[in-house]
Amino acid sequence: MRVRHFGVVAAALAVAGMGISGCAAKKNTTVADKAKDGKKIVIGVKYDQPALGMKTGSGVEGFDIDVAKYIAKKLGVKDDSKIEFKEARSANRETFLQNGTVDMVIATYSITDARKPKVTFGGPYVVTHQDLMVRANDNSITSLQSLKGKKLCAVSGSNSWKNITEGTNKLNAKVAAVTVPAQGYEECITKLKGGSVDAVSTDATILGGFAVREGSPVKVVNAPFTDEKYGVGLKKGDTKTCNAVNDAIKSMYSDGTAKQLWEKWFAKANLPFDATAPAPEGCS
Amino acid sequence: MNWNVLLDFSPLADNSDKLLSAFWANIRISVTVGILSLVLGTLITAMRVSPVRVLRVAGAFYVNTLRNTPLTLVLLFCSLGLSDTLKFRISHTPSINFFWLAVLGMSVYTAAFVAESLRAGINTVPMGQAEAARAIGLTFTQSLRMVIMPQAFRAVIAPLGSVMIAMIKNTTVVLVASYYEAASLMKDMFEQYGATLPIFIGFAVGFMCLTLPTGFFFNWLAKRMAVVR
Repeated sequence: MRVRHFGVVAAALAVAGMGISGCAAKKNTTVADKAKDGKKIVIGVKYDQPALGMKTGSGVEGFDIDVAKYIAKKLGVKDDSKIEFKEARSANRETFLQNGTVDMVIATYSITDARKPKVTFGGPYVVTHQDLMVRANDNSITSLQSLKGKKLCAVSGSNSWKNITEGTNKLNAKVAAVTVPAQGYEECITKLKGGSVDAVSTDATILGGFAVREGSPVKVVNAPFTDEKYGVGLKKGDTKTCNAVNDAIKSMYSDGTAKQLWEKWFAKANLPFDATAPAPEGCS
Repeated sequence: MNWNVLLDFSPLADNSDKLLSAFWANIRISVTVGILSLVLGTLITAMRVSPVRVLRVAGAFYVNTLRNTPLTLVLLFCSLGLSDTLKFRISHTPSINFFWLAVLGMSVYTAAFVAESLRAGINTVPMGQAEAARAIGLTFTQSLRMVIMPQAFRAVIAPLGSVMIAMIKNTTVVLVASYYEAASLMKDMFEQYGATLPIFIGFAVGFMCLTLPTGFFFNWLAKRMAVVR
Protein backbone atom coordinates (compact mmCIF):
# COMPACT_ATOMS: atom_id res chain seq x y z
CA MET A 1 0.00 0.00 0.00
CA ARG A 2 2.82 2.36 0.89
CA VAL A 3 4.37 1.78 -2.52
CA ARG A 4 1.11 2.66 -4.17
CA HIS A 5 0.78 5.92 -2.22
CA PHE A 6 4.30 6.85 -3.10
CA GLY A 7 3.49 6.30 -6.77
CA VAL A 8 0.56 8.70 -6.60
CA VAL A 9 2.68 11.37 -4.90
CA ALA A 10 5.45 10.92 -7.46
CA ALA A 11 2.96 11.27 -10.32
CA ALA A 12 1.48 14.40 -8.75
CA LEU A 13 4.93 15.90 -8.32
CA ALA A 14 5.82 15.08 -11.91
CA VAL A 15 2.67 16.81 -13.18
CA ALA A 16 3.30 19.83 -10.93
CA GLY A 17 6.90 19.97 -12.14
CA MET A 18 5.76 19.99 -15.72
CA GLY A 19 3.42 22.87 -14.88
CA ILE A 20 6.14 24.95 -13.25
CA SER A 21 8.69 24.37 -15.98
CA GLY A 22 5.98 25.24 -18.51
CA CYS A 23 5.51 28.61 -16.80
CA ALA A 24 9.22 29.23 -16.53
CA ALA A 25 9.75 28.55 -20.23
CA LYS A 26 7.10 31.07 -21.27
CA LYS A 27 8.55 33.89 -23.32
CA ASN A 28 7.12 37.35 -23.40
CA THR A 29 8.11 38.21 -26.95
CA THR A 30 5.29 38.39 -29.47
CA VAL A 31 5.40 36.91 -32.94
CA ALA A 32 5.69 40.41 -34.40
CA ASP A 33 8.84 41.04 -32.29
CA LYS A 34 10.24 37.70 -33.31
CA ALA A 35 9.76 38.50 -36.99
CA LYS A 36 11.47 41.90 -36.63
CA ASP A 37 14.42 40.39 -34.77
CA GLY A 38 15.10 38.19 -37.77
CA LYS A 39 14.21 34.98 -35.99
CA LYS A 40 12.55 32.13 -37.80
CA ILE A 41 8.77 32.07 -37.54
CA VAL A 42 6.74 28.86 -37.79
CA ILE A 43 3.40 28.98 -39.60
CA GLY A 44 0.86 26.16 -39.37
CA VAL A 45 -0.81 25.37 -42.70
CA LYS A 46 -2.86 22.58 -44.27
CA TYR A 47 -1.03 19.93 -46.29
CA ASP A 48 -4.04 18.31 -47.94
CA GLN A 49 -6.25 21.04 -49.44
CA PRO A 50 -5.78 21.55 -53.18
CA ALA A 51 -5.32 25.23 -54.09
CA LEU A 52 -5.24 26.31 -50.41
CA GLY A 53 -2.44 24.46 -48.70
CA MET A 54 -1.09 21.40 -50.46
CA LYS A 55 2.11 19.50 -49.88
CA THR A 56 4.02 18.94 -53.10
CA GLY A 57 7.37 17.34 -53.75
CA SER A 58 9.32 20.57 -53.28
CA GLY A 59 7.31 22.23 -50.52
CA VAL A 60 3.83 23.53 -49.85
CA GLU A 61 1.77 25.68 -52.17
CA GLY A 62 -1.63 27.31 -52.30
CA PHE A 63 -3.59 30.44 -51.52
CA ASP A 64 -3.06 30.18 -47.75
CA ILE A 65 0.68 29.73 -48.28
CA ASP A 66 0.94 32.83 -50.46
CA VAL A 67 -1.10 34.86 -47.96
CA ALA A 68 1.14 33.58 -45.16
CA LYS A 69 4.25 34.70 -47.04
CA TYR A 70 2.75 38.13 -47.69
CA ILE A 71 1.74 38.66 -44.07
CA ALA A 72 5.10 37.44 -42.81
CA LYS A 73 6.85 39.91 -45.09
CA LYS A 74 4.71 42.75 -43.76
CA LEU A 75 5.53 41.68 -40.21
CA GLY A 76 9.19 42.19 -41.02
CA VAL A 77 10.44 38.78 -42.10
CA LYS A 78 13.23 39.51 -44.58
CA ASP A 79 13.04 36.48 -46.88
CA ASP A 80 11.19 33.21 -47.29
CA SER A 81 13.97 31.15 -45.73
CA LYS A 82 12.99 32.63 -42.36
CA ILE A 83 9.53 31.07 -42.64
CA GLU A 84 9.01 27.46 -41.66
CA PHE A 85 5.75 25.77 -42.67
CA LYS A 86 4.40 23.04 -40.46
CA GLU A 87 1.34 20.88 -41.01
CA ALA A 88 -1.54 21.90 -38.74
CA ARG A 89 -4.54 19.60 -38.97
CA SER A 90 -7.96 20.88 -37.95
CA ALA A 91 -7.83 18.97 -34.66
CA ASN A 92 -4.48 20.24 -33.45
CA ARG A 93 -4.59 23.91 -34.47
CA GLU A 94 -5.58 25.16 -31.00
CA THR A 95 -3.03 22.98 -29.23
CA PHE A 96 -0.23 24.05 -31.56
CA LEU A 97 -0.95 27.71 -30.83
CA GLN A 98 -1.32 27.18 -27.09
CA ASN A 99 1.92 25.29 -26.62
CA GLY A 100 3.92 27.36 -29.10
CA THR A 101 4.59 24.63 -31.68
CA VAL A 102 3.61 27.19 -34.29
CA ASP A 103 3.62 31.00 -34.10
CA MET A 104 0.70 31.50 -36.43
CA VAL A 105 -1.95 29.36 -38.09
CA ILE A 106 -3.16 30.13 -41.61
CA ALA A 107 -4.99 26.93 -42.41
CA THR A 108 -8.59 27.47 -43.59
CA TYR A 109 -9.18 28.50 -39.99
CA SER A 110 -12.74 29.84 -39.69
CA ILE A 111 -13.31 32.47 -37.02
CA THR A 112 -16.09 31.11 -34.80
CA ASP A 113 -17.43 32.16 -31.41
CA ALA A 114 -16.53 28.75 -30.00
CA ARG A 115 -12.87 29.25 -30.90
CA LYS A 116 -12.53 32.89 -29.83
CA PRO A 117 -11.94 32.16 -26.11
CA LYS A 118 -8.93 30.01 -26.99
CA VAL A 119 -7.40 31.81 -29.95
CA THR A 120 -6.76 35.41 -30.95
CA PHE A 121 -7.78 35.87 -34.57
CA GLY A 122 -6.25 38.36 -36.97
CA GLY A 123 -8.27 39.08 -40.09
CA PRO A 124 -10.36 37.58 -41.66
CA TYR A 125 -8.15 37.65 -44.73
CA VAL A 126 -10.87 36.24 -46.94
CA VAL A 127 -14.53 35.35 -46.59
CA THR A 128 -15.78 32.26 -48.33
CA HIS A 129 -19.10 30.44 -48.24
CA GLN A 130 -20.12 26.89 -47.74
CA ASP A 131 -21.35 25.35 -50.95
CA LEU A 132 -22.39 22.01 -52.40
CA MET A 133 -20.67 19.70 -54.85
CA VAL A 134 -22.71 17.14 -56.78
CA ARG A 135 -22.28 14.82 -59.76
CA ALA A 136 -22.34 16.79 -63.01
CA ASN A 137 -25.43 14.94 -64.32
CA ASP A 138 -27.42 15.44 -61.11
CA ASN A 139 -29.92 18.29 -61.48
CA SER A 140 -32.05 17.44 -58.46
CA ILE A 141 -29.84 19.33 -55.99
CA THR A 142 -29.92 23.06 -56.58
CA SER A 143 -30.07 24.55 -53.10
CA LEU A 144 -29.64 23.80 -49.44
CA GLN A 145 -33.31 22.83 -49.07
CA SER A 146 -33.19 20.31 -51.90
CA LEU A 147 -30.71 18.23 -49.90
CA LYS A 148 -33.60 16.83 -47.87
CA GLY A 149 -33.44 13.04 -47.92
CA LYS A 150 -30.28 13.09 -50.05
CA LYS A 151 -27.08 11.34 -49.03
CA LEU A 152 -24.58 13.86 -47.68
CA CYS A 153 -20.93 13.11 -46.99
CA ALA A 154 -20.12 13.82 -43.32
CA VAL A 155 -16.40 14.16 -42.72
CA SER A 156 -15.43 13.27 -39.19
CA GLY A 157 -13.55 16.14 -37.59
CA SER A 158 -15.17 18.79 -39.80
CA ASN A 159 -18.24 20.84 -38.88
CA SER A 160 -19.46 21.56 -42.41
CA TRP A 161 -22.14 18.85 -42.43
CA LYS A 162 -23.43 19.99 -39.04
CA ASN A 163 -24.14 23.42 -40.53
CA ILE A 164 -26.69 21.62 -42.73
CA THR A 165 -28.22 19.07 -40.37
CA GLU A 166 -28.18 21.26 -37.28
CA GLY A 167 -29.29 24.48 -38.94
CA THR A 168 -26.25 26.67 -38.23
CA ASN A 169 -26.47 28.38 -41.63
CA LYS A 170 -27.68 31.71 -42.99
CA LEU A 171 -31.15 30.33 -43.73
CA ASN A 172 -31.41 28.77 -40.24
CA ALA A 173 -32.70 25.69 -42.01
CA LYS A 174 -32.26 22.27 -40.47
CA VAL A 175 -32.20 20.00 -43.50
CA ALA A 176 -32.76 16.30 -42.84
CA ALA A 177 -30.09 14.91 -45.12
CA VAL A 178 -28.92 11.31 -44.72
CA THR A 179 -25.34 11.52 -43.50
CA VAL A 180 -22.68 9.09 -44.66
CA PRO A 181 -19.57 9.28 -42.45
CA ALA A 182 -16.17 9.57 -44.11
CA GLN A 183 -12.59 10.19 -43.10
CA GLY A 184 -11.76 13.08 -45.37
CA TYR A 185 -12.92 15.11 -48.36
CA GLU A 186 -10.72 13.05 -50.67
CA GLU A 187 -12.80 9.98 -49.74
CA CYS A 188 -16.04 11.97 -50.17
CA ILE A 189 -15.14 12.73 -53.79
CA THR A 190 -14.64 9.01 -54.49
CA LYS A 191 -17.98 8.26 -52.84
CA LEU A 192 -19.66 11.04 -54.79
CA LYS A 193 -18.41 9.67 -58.10
CA GLY A 194 -19.39 6.13 -57.08
CA GLY A 195 -22.90 7.16 -56.02
CA SER A 196 -22.59 6.33 -52.32
CA VAL A 197 -23.25 9.98 -51.54
CA ASP A 198 -25.21 12.57 -53.53
CA ALA A 199 -23.53 15.72 -52.23
CA VAL A 200 -20.32 16.92 -50.61
CA SER A 201 -20.50 20.19 -48.73
CA THR A 202 -17.78 22.44 -47.39
CA ASP A 203 -16.17 25.80 -48.09
CA ALA A 204 -16.36 26.86 -51.72
CA THR A 205 -12.59 27.39 -51.80
CA ILE A 206 -11.97 23.75 -50.89
CA LEU A 207 -14.64 22.45 -53.27
CA GLY A 208 -13.22 24.72 -56.00
CA GLY A 209 -9.81 23.12 -55.57
CA PHE A 210 -11.28 19.65 -55.97
CA ALA A 211 -13.48 20.73 -58.91
CA VAL A 212 -10.43 21.98 -60.80
CA ARG A 213 -8.63 18.71 -60.20
CA GLU A 214 -11.55 16.35 -60.90
CA GLY A 215 -12.86 18.12 -64.00
CA SER A 216 -16.11 17.10 -65.68
CA PRO A 217 -17.64 14.33 -63.47
CA VAL A 218 -18.47 16.79 -60.68
CA LYS A 219 -19.77 20.35 -60.40
CA VAL A 220 -20.16 23.00 -57.72
CA VAL A 221 -23.82 24.00 -57.28
CA ASN A 222 -23.04 27.66 -56.39
CA ALA A 223 -25.67 28.00 -53.67
CA PRO A 224 -23.77 29.58 -50.77
CA PHE A 225 -25.42 29.31 -47.36
CA THR A 226 -22.80 30.29 -44.75
CA ASP A 227 -20.06 32.89 -44.29
CA GLU A 228 -16.74 31.34 -43.40
CA LYS A 229 -14.27 33.96 -42.27
CA TYR A 230 -10.78 32.60 -42.62
CA GLY A 231 -8.66 34.15 -39.89
CA VAL A 232 -5.03 34.15 -38.86
CA GLY A 233 -4.82 32.16 -35.65
CA LEU A 234 -2.49 33.59 -32.99
CA LYS A 235 -1.69 32.67 -29.43
CA LYS A 236 -4.44 33.96 -27.11
CA GLY A 237 -3.65 37.51 -26.00
CA ASP A 238 -1.09 38.41 -28.67
CA THR A 239 -2.94 41.60 -29.68
CA LYS A 240 0.22 43.33 -30.90
CA THR A 241 0.78 40.78 -33.65
CA CYS A 242 -2.94 40.68 -34.30
CA ASN A 243 -3.03 44.42 -35.08
CA ALA A 244 0.03 44.10 -37.29
CA VAL A 245 -1.64 41.21 -39.16
CA ASN A 246 -4.78 43.29 -39.67
CA ASP A 247 -2.69 46.11 -41.18
CA ALA A 248 -0.99 43.60 -43.46
CA ILE A 249 -4.35 42.26 -44.64
CA LYS A 250 -5.61 45.81 -45.30
CA SER A 251 -2.61 46.54 -47.48
CA MET A 252 -2.95 43.15 -49.20
CA TYR A 253 -6.36 44.26 -50.45
CA SER A 254 -5.39 47.86 -51.23
CA ASP A 255 -2.31 46.97 -53.30
CA GLY A 256 -4.18 44.34 -55.32
CA THR A 257 -2.22 41.32 -54.07
CA ALA A 258 -5.36 39.70 -52.70
CA LYS A 259 -7.09 39.76 -56.07
CA GLN A 260 -3.99 38.57 -57.86
CA LEU A 261 -3.51 35.63 -55.49
CA TRP A 262 -7.19 34.71 -55.64
CA GLU A 263 -7.11 34.60 -59.42
CA LYS A 264 -3.88 32.64 -59.38
CA TRP A 265 -5.51 29.81 -57.42
CA PHE A 266 -9.26 29.98 -58.08
CA ALA A 267 -9.70 31.44 -61.58
CA LYS A 268 -10.16 27.98 -63.06
CA ALA A 269 -12.84 27.15 -60.50
CA ASN A 270 -14.85 30.30 -61.41
CA LEU A 271 -14.98 31.48 -57.83
CA PRO A 272 -16.04 35.15 -57.64
CA PHE A 273 -13.64 37.48 -55.80
CA ASP A 274 -14.88 40.01 -53.27
CA ALA A 275 -12.73 43.08 -53.82
CA THR A 276 -13.47 44.87 -50.53
CA ALA A 277 -11.32 43.89 -47.61
CA PRO A 278 -13.39 42.01 -45.03
CA ALA A 279 -13.92 44.00 -41.82
CA PRO A 280 -11.51 42.90 -39.09
CA GLU A 281 -13.09 41.01 -36.22
CA GLY A 282 -11.07 42.96 -33.68
CA CYS A 283 -8.18 41.75 -31.58
CA SER A 284 -8.84 40.31 -28.16
CA MET B 1 -0.01 26.40 -16.79
CA ASN B 2 -3.73 26.65 -17.33
CA TRP B 3 -5.22 24.01 -15.06
CA ASN B 4 -8.78 24.75 -16.11
CA VAL B 5 -8.04 23.68 -19.66
CA LEU B 6 -6.13 20.60 -18.53
CA LEU B 7 -8.86 19.30 -16.25
CA ASP B 8 -11.97 20.50 -18.04
CA PHE B 9 -14.20 17.46 -18.45
CA SER B 10 -17.26 19.51 -19.43
CA PRO B 11 -17.09 18.63 -23.18
CA LEU B 12 -17.66 15.01 -22.22
CA ALA B 13 -20.55 15.87 -19.91
CA ASP B 14 -22.16 18.16 -22.50
CA ASN B 15 -22.10 15.42 -25.10
CA SER B 16 -23.07 12.48 -22.90
CA ASP B 17 -25.97 11.48 -25.17
CA LYS B 18 -23.74 11.47 -28.23
CA LEU B 19 -21.08 9.53 -26.30
CA LEU B 20 -23.54 6.85 -25.31
CA SER B 21 -24.91 6.42 -28.82
CA ALA B 22 -21.39 6.34 -30.28
CA PHE B 23 -20.26 3.64 -27.87
CA TRP B 24 -23.51 1.79 -28.52
CA ALA B 25 -22.42 1.73 -32.18
CA ASN B 26 -19.19 0.04 -31.08
CA ILE B 27 -21.11 -2.52 -29.05
CA ARG B 28 -23.46 -3.28 -31.92
CA ILE B 29 -20.69 -3.90 -34.39
CA SER B 30 -18.56 -5.82 -31.85
CA VAL B 31 -21.35 -8.25 -30.99
CA THR B 32 -22.25 -8.87 -34.62
CA VAL B 33 -18.64 -9.33 -35.66
CA GLY B 34 -17.97 -11.52 -32.60
CA ILE B 35 -20.73 -13.96 -33.57
CA LEU B 36 -19.99 -14.01 -37.29
CA SER B 37 -16.23 -14.36 -36.86
CA LEU B 38 -16.66 -17.31 -34.46
CA VAL B 39 -18.89 -19.09 -36.98
CA LEU B 40 -16.61 -18.31 -39.93
CA GLY B 41 -13.46 -19.11 -37.93
CA THR B 42 -14.85 -22.50 -36.94
CA LEU B 43 -15.61 -23.29 -40.58
CA ILE B 44 -12.08 -22.27 -41.62
CA THR B 45 -10.58 -24.46 -38.89
CA ALA B 46 -12.68 -27.40 -40.04
CA MET B 47 -11.32 -26.83 -43.54
CA ARG B 48 -7.75 -26.71 -42.26
CA VAL B 49 -7.97 -30.10 -40.51
CA SER B 50 -10.18 -31.81 -43.08
CA PRO B 51 -9.01 -34.92 -44.98
CA VAL B 52 -9.55 -33.12 -48.33
CA ARG B 53 -6.34 -31.47 -49.54
CA VAL B 54 -8.03 -28.71 -51.56
CA LEU B 55 -9.94 -27.58 -48.48
CA ARG B 56 -6.80 -27.61 -46.36
CA VAL B 57 -4.92 -25.49 -48.88
CA ALA B 58 -7.84 -23.09 -49.28
CA GLY B 59 -8.11 -22.71 -45.51
CA ALA B 60 -4.40 -22.05 -45.11
CA PHE B 61 -4.51 -19.53 -47.97
CA TYR B 62 -7.43 -17.69 -46.36
CA VAL B 63 -5.76 -17.46 -42.97
CA ASN B 64 -2.40 -16.38 -44.33
CA THR B 65 -3.92 -13.73 -46.60
CA LEU B 66 -6.33 -12.13 -44.13
CA ARG B 67 -4.07 -12.38 -41.11
CA ASN B 68 -1.27 -10.55 -42.91
CA THR B 69 -3.35 -7.78 -44.49
CA PRO B 70 -3.87 -4.56 -42.53
CA LEU B 71 -7.47 -4.24 -41.34
CA THR B 72 -7.71 -0.73 -42.80
CA LEU B 73 -7.04 -2.13 -46.25
CA VAL B 74 -9.65 -4.87 -45.83
CA LEU B 75 -12.22 -2.28 -44.75
CA LEU B 76 -11.24 0.14 -47.51
CA PHE B 77 -11.73 -2.65 -50.02
CA CYS B 78 -15.20 -3.28 -48.59
CA SER B 79 -16.33 0.35 -48.65
CA LEU B 80 -14.46 2.18 -51.41
CA GLY B 81 -13.84 -0.99 -53.43
CA LEU B 82 -17.02 -3.03 -53.20
CA SER B 83 -19.58 -0.33 -52.48
CA ASP B 84 -18.30 2.82 -54.16
CA THR B 85 -16.42 1.49 -57.16
CA LEU B 86 -17.97 -1.92 -57.94
CA LYS B 87 -21.38 -0.66 -56.74
CA PHE B 88 -22.08 -3.80 -54.73
CA ARG B 89 -24.66 -2.55 -52.24
CA ILE B 90 -26.17 -4.62 -49.46
CA SER B 91 -28.91 -2.04 -48.91
CA HIS B 92 -29.95 1.28 -50.42
CA THR B 93 -29.97 2.91 -47.00
CA PRO B 94 -26.38 4.08 -46.47
CA SER B 95 -26.33 3.39 -42.72
CA ILE B 96 -27.42 -0.23 -43.16
CA ASN B 97 -25.22 -0.75 -46.21
CA PHE B 98 -22.05 0.50 -44.53
CA PHE B 99 -22.81 -1.23 -41.23
CA TRP B 100 -22.89 -4.61 -42.95
CA LEU B 101 -19.87 -3.81 -45.13
CA ALA B 102 -17.93 -2.93 -41.97
CA VAL B 103 -19.19 -6.13 -40.34
CA LEU B 104 -18.15 -8.09 -43.43
CA GLY B 105 -14.64 -6.64 -43.44
CA MET B 106 -14.09 -7.06 -39.72
CA SER B 107 -15.57 -10.57 -39.62
CA VAL B 108 -13.43 -12.01 -42.40
CA TYR B 109 -10.38 -10.40 -40.75
CA THR B 110 -11.13 -11.56 -37.19
CA ALA B 111 -12.13 -15.04 -38.42
CA ALA B 112 -8.53 -15.66 -39.49
CA PHE B 113 -7.36 -15.09 -35.89
CA VAL B 114 -10.20 -17.17 -34.46
CA ALA B 115 -9.27 -20.00 -36.82
CA GLU B 116 -5.63 -19.95 -35.73
CA SER B 117 -6.57 -20.03 -32.02
CA LEU B 118 -8.97 -22.85 -32.62
CA ARG B 119 -6.43 -24.87 -34.58
CA ALA B 120 -4.09 -24.58 -31.62
CA GLY B 121 -6.96 -25.89 -29.49
CA ILE B 122 -7.39 -28.91 -31.74
CA ASN B 123 -3.73 -29.73 -31.23
CA THR B 124 -4.34 -29.99 -27.48
CA VAL B 125 -6.92 -32.75 -27.97
CA PRO B 126 -5.10 -36.09 -27.56
CA MET B 127 -4.75 -38.19 -30.71
CA GLY B 128 -6.49 -41.08 -28.92
CA GLN B 129 -9.75 -39.11 -28.92
CA ALA B 130 -9.83 -38.85 -32.70
CA GLU B 131 -8.81 -42.51 -33.07
CA ALA B 132 -11.52 -43.61 -30.64
CA ALA B 133 -14.08 -41.55 -32.55
CA ARG B 134 -13.04 -43.26 -35.78
CA ALA B 135 -13.09 -46.69 -34.08
CA ILE B 136 -16.76 -46.35 -33.09
CA GLY B 137 -17.59 -45.48 -36.67
CA LEU B 138 -18.05 -41.68 -36.60
CA THR B 139 -17.46 -39.85 -39.87
CA PHE B 140 -15.02 -36.92 -40.04
CA THR B 141 -17.78 -34.33 -39.61
CA GLN B 142 -19.34 -36.25 -36.73
CA SER B 143 -16.09 -36.71 -34.84
CA LEU B 144 -15.18 -33.04 -35.35
CA ARG B 145 -18.58 -31.86 -34.19
CA MET B 146 -19.12 -34.22 -31.26
CA VAL B 147 -15.64 -35.09 -30.02
CA ILE B 148 -12.86 -32.78 -31.20
CA MET B 149 -14.40 -29.28 -31.42
CA PRO B 150 -16.11 -29.27 -28.00
CA GLN B 151 -12.78 -30.08 -26.36
CA ALA B 152 -10.80 -27.73 -28.60
CA PHE B 153 -13.14 -24.80 -27.87
CA ARG B 154 -12.89 -25.33 -24.14
CA ALA B 155 -9.09 -25.25 -24.32
CA VAL B 156 -8.88 -21.92 -26.18
CA ILE B 157 -11.48 -19.78 -24.44
CA ALA B 158 -8.84 -17.50 -22.89
CA PRO B 159 -6.92 -16.89 -26.18
CA LEU B 160 -10.26 -16.33 -27.95
CA GLY B 161 -10.94 -13.68 -25.31
CA SER B 162 -7.78 -11.87 -26.39
CA VAL B 163 -8.89 -12.07 -30.01
CA MET B 164 -12.25 -10.57 -29.03
CA ILE B 165 -10.65 -7.74 -27.05
CA ALA B 166 -8.41 -6.95 -30.01
CA MET B 167 -11.51 -7.00 -32.23
CA ILE B 168 -13.35 -4.51 -29.97
CA LYS B 169 -10.40 -2.15 -30.15
CA ASN B 170 -10.23 -2.64 -33.91
CA THR B 171 -13.73 -1.19 -34.21
CA THR B 172 -12.06 2.22 -33.88
CA VAL B 173 -10.96 2.07 -37.53
CA VAL B 174 -14.35 1.25 -39.07
CA LEU B 175 -14.74 4.90 -40.01
CA VAL B 176 -12.88 3.98 -43.20
CA ALA B 177 -15.92 1.82 -43.99
CA SER B 178 -18.15 4.87 -43.32
CA TYR B 179 -19.46 3.57 -40.01
CA TYR B 180 -19.66 6.19 -37.28
CA GLU B 181 -18.54 5.07 -33.81
CA ALA B 182 -16.79 6.42 -30.73
CA ALA B 183 -13.42 7.14 -32.36
CA SER B 184 -15.14 9.22 -35.05
CA LEU B 185 -16.99 11.16 -32.36
CA MET B 186 -13.64 11.77 -30.67
CA LYS B 187 -12.33 13.31 -33.90
CA ASP B 188 -15.41 15.53 -34.10
CA MET B 189 -14.92 16.63 -30.52
CA PHE B 190 -11.26 17.41 -31.23
CA GLU B 191 -12.39 19.67 -34.05
CA GLN B 192 -14.89 21.41 -31.79
CA TYR B 193 -12.92 21.69 -28.55
CA GLY B 194 -9.33 21.08 -29.63
CA ALA B 195 -7.44 17.89 -28.79
CA THR B 196 -7.50 18.03 -25.01
CA LEU B 197 -6.41 15.48 -22.44
CA PRO B 198 -9.83 15.04 -20.75
CA ILE B 199 -11.40 13.98 -24.06
CA PHE B 200 -8.63 11.41 -24.56
CA ILE B 201 -9.10 10.08 -21.04
CA GLY B 202 -12.87 9.92 -21.43
CA PHE B 203 -12.65 7.80 -24.55
CA ALA B 204 -9.91 5.56 -23.15
CA VAL B 205 -12.08 4.89 -20.10
CA GLY B 206 -15.05 4.25 -22.38
CA PHE B 207 -13.16 1.58 -24.27
CA MET B 208 -11.92 0.01 -21.06
CA CYS B 209 -15.55 -0.26 -19.93
CA LEU B 210 -16.07 -2.46 -22.98
CA THR B 211 -12.84 -4.48 -22.97
CA LEU B 212 -12.23 -5.13 -19.26
CA PRO B 213 -15.54 -6.94 -18.65
CA THR B 214 -14.95 -8.92 -21.85
CA GLY B 215 -11.59 -10.05 -20.49
CA PHE B 216 -13.03 -10.94 -17.08
CA PHE B 217 -15.89 -12.85 -18.69
CA PHE B 218 -13.60 -14.96 -20.88
CA ASN B 219 -11.22 -15.68 -17.98
CA TRP B 220 -14.13 -16.79 -15.82
CA LEU B 221 -15.51 -18.91 -18.65
CA ALA B 222 -12.10 -20.45 -19.33
CA LYS B 223 -11.75 -21.53 -15.69
CA ARG B 224 -15.26 -22.86 -15.52
CA MET B 225 -15.09 -24.80 -18.79
CA ALA B 226 -11.51 -26.06 -18.53
CA VAL B 227 -11.07 -29.68 -19.62
CA VAL B 228 -9.65 -31.63 -16.71
CA ARG B 229 -7.29 -34.25 -17.99
